[in-house]
Order: sequence, then C-alpha cells, then structure tokens
Amino acid sequence: MIDVVMPQMGESIVEGTLTKWLKKAGEHVERDEPLFEISTDKVDTEIPSPAAGILKDVLVEEGKTVSISTVVGRIDEGAGNGAAAAPAAAPTDAKPAAAKPAPAPPAQTPKAAEPVQQRGPRLVQPPSPQPESAPPATEAEAPSGPLSPLVKKMAREYGIDLRQVKGTGAGGRIGKQDLDAYMSAQGAKTMEQGGAPATSSPAAPAPAAPAMPRAEAPRTRMEPMSTMRQKIAEHMVMSKRTSAHVTTVHKTDMTKIAKLRERHKSEFQQRYGFSLTYLPFVIAATVEAIHDYPIVNASIEGANIIYHNEINIGIAVALENGLIVPVIRNADEKNVTGLQRAVVDLSTRARSRQLKPDEVQGGTFSITNFGSFGSVFATPVINQPQVAILGVGAVEKIPVVIDDAIAIRSVAYLALTFDHRLIDGALADQFTGKVKSILENWSGEIL
Amino acid sequence: MREILVRDLGRLGYDEALLVQKDLVERRKQGLIPDQLLIVEHPHVITLGRNGHLENLLANEEVLRRAGIAFHHTDRGGDITYHGPGQIVGYPILDLREWKRDVVAYVRTLEQAIVDTLAEFEIEAARVAGCTGVWVGGKKVAAIGVHISRWVTSHGFALNHTTDLSYFQYIVPCGITKPVTSMRELGSIADRETVTAALARNFASNFQFEAVPALTETF
Repeated sequence: MIDVVMPQMGESIVEGTLTKWLKKAGEHVERDEPLFEISTDKVDTEIPSPAAGILKDVLVEEGKTVSISTVVGRIDEGAGNGAAAAPAAAPTDAKPAAAKPAPAPPAQTPKAAEPVQQRGPRLVQPPSPQPESAPPATEAEAPSGPLSPLVKKMAREYGIDLRQVKGTGAGGRIGKQDLDAYMSAQGAKTMEQGGAPATSSPAAPAPAAPAMPRAEAPRTRMEPMSTMRQKIAEHMVMSKRTSAHVTTVHKTDMTKIAKLRERHKSEFQQRYGFSLTYLPFVIAATVEAIHDYPIVNASIEGANIIYHNEINIGIAVALENGLIVPVIRNADEKNVTGLQRAVVDLSTRARSRQLKPDEVQGGTFSITNFGSFGSVFATPVINQPQVAILGVGAVEKIPVVIDDAIAIRSVAYLALTFDHRLIDGALADQFTGKVKSILENWSGEIL
Repeated sequence: MREILVRDLGRLGYDEALLVQKDLVERRKQGLIPDQLLIVEHPHVITLGRNGHLENLLANEEVLRRAGIAFHHTDRGGDITYHGPGQIVGYPILDLREWKRDVVAYVRTLEQAIVDTLAEFEIEAARVAGCTGVWVGGKKVAAIGVHISRWVTSHGFALNHTTDLSYFQYIVPCGITKPVTSMRELGSIADRETVTAALARNFASNFQFEAVPALTETF
C-alpha cells in the first residue's frame, strides 16, 4: 500500500484544502493520473497519483483542510492480489521503483523530500509537485541547475569559473544577471589580466563605488559592439552604398483578410497551436506577384542580371539587440498555413538563437513587418544582394470613402524599397500593385 | 534563457479560450512549446470556480439570458466572476518547475505584475492580505483565479480596463462583498494596446523572463 499525502505547493504553505477526489474509493488509478484536487488561495491544483493501483482508503474527505504531508489516502498497488497486504510484503513484489525515494523524478532535488519520507516507512509523495525549497548549492560545489546557453557562452567568452559565481535564480541557478554582477565585481581584476574586454564601465579603477554621485562622473560609457551589431552596421552601410534605394508605397485594403482571420482565428489556433496573422497572406501574395515580375527576385552580378528560379523569402525578425533575417525556402510551394508555420518556427528559433547557418542564407527577396511595432510605413534597407524588400505597415481600421459613402476598412501601407539600378518605378509599382490586388481580392480559404 | 511568448488573441469566446488553454497546457507539459501569456477579451460571461458558491450568483438564468450573459462552470480556483468587453484577461501557461514550485508565490507575483503595470498609469494599487486580487482604495481592479496541473498553470487574471462595471451587479465577485473598479473609473485613458504591452513587460520582468516579450500575433 502506498500512502498518498497532501503535497507542499510552496515554501510558505503549511496546509491545503482537499477540494475534490477525482477517483472514488475502490476505483483503479494509473500512476500520474489526476487523483484529487487541492485548493490554496485561489489556486486549484490537480494532484497526480503517485502509483498505479486501487484507491483503497480515502482518509480525508472533500472540503477538509489538512497540513502538508498528511496521509489523505492509500493506494493498493497489488491491484487485487494480496489484498491489504502486510506493510513489509508489498514493496518487494510490486513496483519497487515507485516505492523507493531515489529514482523519483530525476532532475528534482530529493533533499527537501527526504525528511518527509523518513517519517513513514514507505511514504511516497505524488511525483510531480515536490517543493523546490532545497538549500541553494554552496559556492564550492559545481554550479547548480542547468545552465542556459547564454550563461555558458558568457562564461566561455569571459573565461569565468562558474563555481565562483553565486546563483540567485531558482534553486541557486546562475543567470545572466549573476554573471553581470560577478563581472562588475571582478571588473578591475579582469582588465589587469588583459583578458577579454570586460563589460564593466570604463571607470574601472573604482568599480566599487558607482552609486556615489561624483562631480567628475564620466560623460560617456564605452562598450564594444556585439559581433551581430558590427555585422548589421557593415551590411546596412554596404547596402546603401551599393543600391540606389527608392521606396514606393501602396495603400492596401486588408478588410477581406481581416475578416478571414477573424473567422478562423480560434479554430486555427486550436488546430495548429499558433495564431493566424497577416504576414503569411502578404508572403503568399508577394510570391504570386514575383511569378509575374521575376526581376524583383533577381540580383546583380557585375553587368549581369541573375534571375533566381527559387523564391526564397527572408523574414526580418527583431531580436533583443539586433536583427536577423531567416529564410523561408521555396516559399511558392507553401500555402498560408505552411507559411504561418514557417514564420512561427523561424522567428521562435531566431529569438532563442537556434537557427542553423543555412537558414539565414540564400534569400532572394525579403519582407519586413515593422507594422508589428506600430509603424504605419517605413523605408526599409535592401538585404544585399537582393534588389527589393517589402515593408508591411500596421493594419489599422480607418474610415474610407467607397462610392461616396464612408466605410470602416482595415488598411495597411505596403512599402517596397527597390534597387533603381535594376528596377524602374513603373515596374516597382506594377509589382506592388499586384501584391495589393491579390490581398484586396483574396479568395482562397484557410482551413 | 527562459522565454515567454505573449499572444494577444483578441476577442475570444470563453469556451474557445478554454480549448486553446487546454491544448497549450498539454503541449507545455510535453515541453513542445515555451511558456506563454495569452491575452484575450471575452464576451459577457459569468464563471463559477469549482469551489465557488452558486449563491454568489444573484440573477437567475432568465435574467442572464436577457442581459446577454453566458454562464459557465470552470475548473479554476476562486469563486464567481464576470468577464466582458473592456477587460484584459491574461492566461499564463507557465511550467512553474522552471520558475518556483510555489503556487502562492505564483499568485503573489501575478498580483505584483499587475500592481507594477497600474503604477505605469499612475494608479496606486496594492494587495490586500487574505483577499487575492489587486485592489485600489478598497475596490478590486483585477481578479485572479488559477488552475495548476503538473505545475503547469492555466486561467489567470482579469484586469478591468474599461469594463462596464454594472455587469458585476449580477454576482458577488469572488464571494467578497466589496466593490469593483476599473482603470477607466480610476481616471486612466490609456488604450488597450498600451496597457497590454505594459502588462506583458511587467509580467516578464516579475517572472524573470530574460527575453523581451514577443508579440507573436504580429508574425
């Protein structure tokens, strides 16, 4: 028989109210299947069963409040044979894994659970909710908890011994801010050793007293650019030097798309687990228009025009401190759902720095969605060696005059920046007009 | 690096929002998706938590039907509440194992994120011991009710932004006979987008998410 106890749902919590048994006495329950519910301060929590078997005894009724670790019920693992076996007999034949404290949930700290488990002979806490109020790892030990890629990278770059860093995150986990704090404390030392440039302020001789307002406080602060920042800077200037940038703007009625989105929003979210936005429609329309005007999907090499047979659309993704343009390859082979999935996938992985190198190369045309930051229209810079980039402004509801009547329409500005070396204004406007017309007369279905 | 995806789903029925949450909770449990903060606005609906008391509903079905208000039993903590247009409803789907295994700390931090948000709009809000939620001068501006399954959260909070407070007449909110208020009533003219953005930001900082919230809706 396995004891089921009231779990501890937080450091300061000493009791919980058992609000509902999800199984009745005598019913079979699977391990990890929700067994009962507890309530603490506006939070209802489902508690999974610690073992598979028959719920034998219900010791605490619904509505009762008991202190943590109180045995609220018992599960007979024997499930029929051996009935109410003597305490000593059961663990040997049936599921020793569930009964032993050690092989419980792997990454969790068993420390905090042990004292509880020693109290009864075979007291097993429900597997999932275990307190993580474990004492933080002492400084001498290996860094506790998993380290984020950022922390690992910083430690590597700045040559920091993580054992020297005190973690302030959950369970003593080391976060970026801990490294920052460590580095500013160590700032002077690092500079003396001539190591990698420390990120601390140039006021290195006196890092200890930054809080004191001083008369001769430095007027500037120097900080090396990140590699990404340097690359962006180089690329932007190179592009402006290379291409003859001209931007044309077409006002586009997105009402049809807006309605389509509205209609399918929840079902789409439900079915695919991500939202349906305007962007995949714009990509699909762009791809279709490129088929009519392939020169916007070209590049220049010396005195030659290179027409690309593939349509690989780069999507600008804003990062915390920069910008990256992952590429949707063969975008013409995807429908709106496929494009939305690709956008979500690429932008999510871009933000978590998980893109593979070839996912940011080979673009033949780019789209930037500054509308997501509220911009109505902007003049984007061409992503070299491409010859055009489409900027999508925010979709706004505005009053417009249709047949001398005022109507409310969802409108966005599409801004095409093109390289006037290769593309003339007339063609740029025909192309953008085509994108606009496809969006305004959208007829395809989504789901 | 812990990341949070913030999604503004706009106007969404209560049923549909439940389905979306259920789906996301499952995926979150399986580790298929990162932590999420869903923002929605519900049509008029009154919901009763599993441990709620039906006597806190002050209108009968007929009255509710005529007022165009739906009624739902639901599995969150807390008693009865009202959702409707002008309210900013937030449903965080977080795996608390990656933050703190502490449901009370979770609720307190939710409250703090809302208090910090309101401070940005010059509203001095506070917690009240024993009365979960966010309060301004004895009136409740935000309600909280949470469900947790395997440390993954669902349901969340409802902040009265420009809510028509007269709809609360049909219930005893959370079973507490204290008045409700809204940001509008407290003199704020900030629009929904601005408040939502501030909420996302304060939510991320209070829960120590390192990434700036990404409004994925726009991608």
